[in-house]
Amino acid sequence: MFVLLALLPTMTQGYLVTLLTDILRYAVLTVAWVIFSGPTGYMSLASAAFYGIGFYVAAVFNGPLPFAVVIIVAGLVACVMALVVGALTLRLKGVYFCIFTFALTLLVNSVVLEIERVVTGTRGRFVETESTQTAYYAMFIVAVLTVIMAVLIRRSRYGLALQSIGEHEEAAAHSGINVVRVKVLTFAATAIVMGMAGAIIATRRAYIDPGIAFNLDTSFLPVLMALFGGMANLVGPVIGAAVFTYIGELLLTRFPDLYMLIFGVVLILAILFMPNGILGLAQTTWAKIRGGRRAPA
Amino acid sequence: MHLLEGQGVTRYFGGLAAVSDVDFYVDRGEILGLIGPNGAGKTTLFNLISAALKPTRGKITFEGRDITPLPAYKIRRLGIARTFQTVKIFPHVSVLKNVMVGALFGTDRYLSSAEARKKAEAAIEFVDMGPFKDVPAGDLTLAQQKRLEVARALASEPKLLLLDELMAGLTPTEVAEAMGDIAELRSRGITVIMIEHVMQAIMAVSDRIIVLDYGKKIAEGTPAEVAANPKVIEVYLGEECHA
Repeated sequence: MFVLLALLPTMTQGYLVTLLTDILRYAVLTVAWVIFSGPTGYMSLASAAFYGIGFYVAAVFNGPLPFAVVIIVAGLVACVMALVVGALTLRLKGVYFCIFTFALTLLVNSVVLEIERVVTGTRGRFVETESTQTAYYAMFIVAVLTVIMAVLIRRSRYGLALQSIGEHEEAAAHSGINVVRVKVLTFAATAIVMGMAGAIIATRRAYIDPGIAFNLDTSFLPVLMALFGGMANLVGPVIGAAVFTYIGELLLTRFPDLYMLIFGVVLILAILFMPNGILGLAQTTWAKIRGGRRAPA
Repeated sequence: MHLLEGQGVTRYFGGLAAVSDVDFYVDRGEILGLIGPNGAGKTTLFNLISAALKPTRGKITFEGRDITPLPAYKIRRLGIARTFQTVKIFPHVSVLKNVMVGALFGTDRYLSSAEARKKAEAAIEFVDMGPFKDVPAGDLTLAQQKRLEVARALASEPKLLLLDELMAGLTPTEVAEAMGDIAELRSRGITVIMIEHVMQAIMAVSDRIIVLDYGKKIAEGTPAEVAANPKVIEVYLGEECHA
């Protein structure tokens, strides 16, 4: 699978590579979102803020600096931003945290817009572009890094700490877990790859403005993709991202007028009939086939 | 030097003094009982010691060190572990992992996973939960969940254990078992402060008892002294008169 994905641009070109880059981008965003929000239950809508800041890093530095360095800088800037935001907001619980991260995205959007107005006097910026293949490979590497990070965290004591926080935060603190630090560091670590993904996509855009960079879809789609795929393990979010991106693409090209309508209906049906995502559905079906009547209800 | 000492510990909730100017101490190897009517401030005092709450006034020292400003996780790592009146477990995680959280994070020392697992298993054995090791904690009975909390607290080998109504809701047989466990804790050198409403149990195992009422300490002494104290008798038997 990995080899196939790694060699793909040599075998085909154009549209498929672009589509796969898009799928990988959403896989990065979704898996990164699940690393933090999955076990802790803190629903973050700040993905767009970290992703969008990557756009701006690319706009400012790509060209003067090598592409690889730009990606790393984007990751670091997003990380610092997440550290600050996390330290301020991760004391908030539940819906308050969710709303705050949502507001943060709007705030960053407005602030960047205002800075651009004052400093450059223009709304948008041009970005030094990279080829489809370069962008694909860069995204592929970031996706691999994201999955490695997810696996390492899940398997470590750090993953157990995150899960404890989600299950009972107070008990976790009294068991000796430094809950604030664990939450802030994980939040910041996942922001790194989000910022990197942003920097890569920006180089395929040529022109960006705050509305494009901080598009709220980037905050909501990973959440929906994670729900769609199922969060019990890491395969779910990846499948969710792939299927979701492909369906979206298909609808957009075949039924451009009805795109949003059909998409919405598909999503509602998915949530109603697949409460544990595609993967959950697959597991239940498999259990039914194998276990006959002993399958869990 | 006392192991744990509180001076003038006070906590207000709005205008209400839940704990009011309470002095207390516990010495190494001692079992201290904390009793009083409902709402007397016993659990609040535990919350103040374990830093679930900060005192409005007063100072708490542990091994001579002022722990009043420390956050909950640091207090746990210093060696003060607690259980909760209403159980606070990680319901979707196995018993073993619940206890491993205590073993891994309840100490400043770095443990390998294998070491932590060994300690967790020993703690689980201590509370006789061996057969339930792989069961999700949420599937256990209340009595088992309480024992799980004790195991999670013990897994990091604390110096001081705070037990909040461990015996509430247990059958007489289970109470007897729990009393045996507490006696064994003492033989291992663990100091215990326990809140309990099961009088027969707390009178039997405590070395010393503090009685709280409306947030104030009204009596302190050996079980026999406390039982004979007229104020205590009034608080417990005279409750009806106030109604």
